[in-house]
Amino acid sequence: MSSYIDQYSEKVKEHFLHPRNMGGISEEELKSGEELVTAEVGNPTCGDMMTLYLKIKDQKILDAKIKTFGCAAAIACSSVTTELVIGKTIAEARKITKEKVAAELGGLPPIKAHCSNLAVDALQKALDNYERGVNVIKK
Amino acid sequence: MKKNQTLKSVYLDHGATTPVDPKVVEAMQSCFTDRFGNVSSIHWFGKEAREGLEKARETIAARLNADKEEIIFTSGGTESNNLAIKGILGAEKGKNHIITSKTEHPAVLRTCRALEKKGVDVTYLDVDQDGFISLEELEQAITGRTALVSIMHANNEIGTIQDIKAIAGICKRKKVKFHTDAVQSFTKVPLDVKDIPADLISLSAHKIHGPKGVGALFVRKGVELAKQMHGGHQEKDLRGGTENVPGIVGFAKAAELAEQKHVQHMQGLRDRFIEKVLQNIPDSVLNGSKERRLCNNANISFKFIEGEALLLHLDEEGIAVSTGSACTSQSLEPSHVLLAIGLEQDVAHGAIRFTLGRENTQEEMDYVFDRLKKSVERLRKISPLGK
Repeated sequence: MSSYIDQYSEKVKEHFLHPRNMGGISEEELKSGEELVTAEVGNPTCGDMMTLYLKIKDQKILDAKIKTFGCAAAIACSSVTTELVIGKTIAEARKITKEKVAAELGGLPPIKAHCSNLAVDALQKALDNYERGVNVIKK
Repeated sequence: MKKNQTLKSVYLDHGATTPVDPKVVEAMQSCFTDRFGNVSSIHWFGKEAREGLEKARETIAARLNADKEEIIFTSGGTESNNLAIKGILGAEKGKNHIITSKTEHPAVLRTCRALEKKGVDVTYLDVDQDGFISLEELEQAITGRTALVSIMHANNEIGTIQDIKAIAGICKRKKVKFHTDAVQSFTKVPLDVKDIPADLISLSAHKIHGPKGVGALFVRKGVELAKQMHGGHQEKDLRGGTENVPGIVGFAKAAELAEQKHVQHMQGLRDRFIEKVLQNIPDSVLNGSKERRLCNNANISFKFIEGEALLLHLDEEGIAVSTGSACTSQSLEPSHVLLAIGLEQDVAHGAIRFTLGRENTQEEMDYVFDRLKKSVERLRKISPLGK
């Protein structure tokens, strides 16, 4: 094991050990006017995969849940990304970058930068899907 | 990650290194201030140091049923591997082909790759799903230009024990030198050089509760090596450098202390642990041979989750293991050994290596199982895979 483990900040460790908003959102949970969009990024062969679920109403993200297959940094990035998007409008969520995610975690070791990329890719893909009506369920 | 002070601390990474036995420390202490002389010195201080060195040499040799002249002390397994491979290539003029396996330790693989850049031909034999090379493929790969075959005795990641007696027999018949990296197997698997005609055997102290920074190379009488460490004429002029007497004395003591009852103890704990895990944690699979396996090694993949995440969860519970997951390597590639045995990449990513030591107890293994089951469940709950 390399020394990057020591480089994990306290925030990364916190989000890794107690990740927020883990799991999925089901169609049954939706109330009238709410929409559910999902996006899947990464793949198990690479060792990193995330599935993001967003509950949207009137251009606002009411709730976000995520499932992650990946290392501690990947889990931490998914957790913090969900926290960053809940309550935001779609336009605001579009502005969330991988740098913001890493900064929210107090920084990541360089070799783990791709984990923050993946979490943001999941978010952007979900928003793209929403705009194109792909993987969207409406109540 | 700081280990949780209220919980136990269980070390299950003996494949990486081992705690030095207090008796080894004691044996070494006397060499720092009492037997401190330079072995090459002619005076009484040198004589004292020489006696310690030669007695240690006899002890290590006895463990292999070798002659003491056949033991060269080095700075560890990596140096021994380098000396064996580069030493034979340098000595066998006109032969520039090496045969090795895809599952060797990086000390062997990277030495081979470095030699490839200098024009040496290397054949990397495939292994089957348990990690064994094919004796037929080995025999077919040997040519008139083959200088050396290097196949490790027991694999450090998956514990598979190669049939080095058969391999050595083939090499002897074909008049090719045979080297085996026995760093993980020494004192755990029987290794008698009168029974196994290996020409070169690498050994290391820190895997058997000895100190780091010292190892040995068995060099069968009559085998010529090109010197790699130039300097003084130490170690039969094969390896220059003032001998690390404290380390070497410690190494010998560690070899002396390793007993068969320890092997049985570790094997019992390990076998029960594997059975418990495979039966009670679904979607878990043992990597490597079940039967011909190093007594203290259990390498298990837990599907749908990733190794580093599991490792850190266990670390939080005070449990130390290692993983073949990509996330812990600098290259972001999973372990070359796991890929060589044909594991799917996602299963390779979920592999954890547990390597026991003689000081581990059943109570510790029960604790580890309990925490392992909980951690696997936690990570599977948040995973998009499975179900």
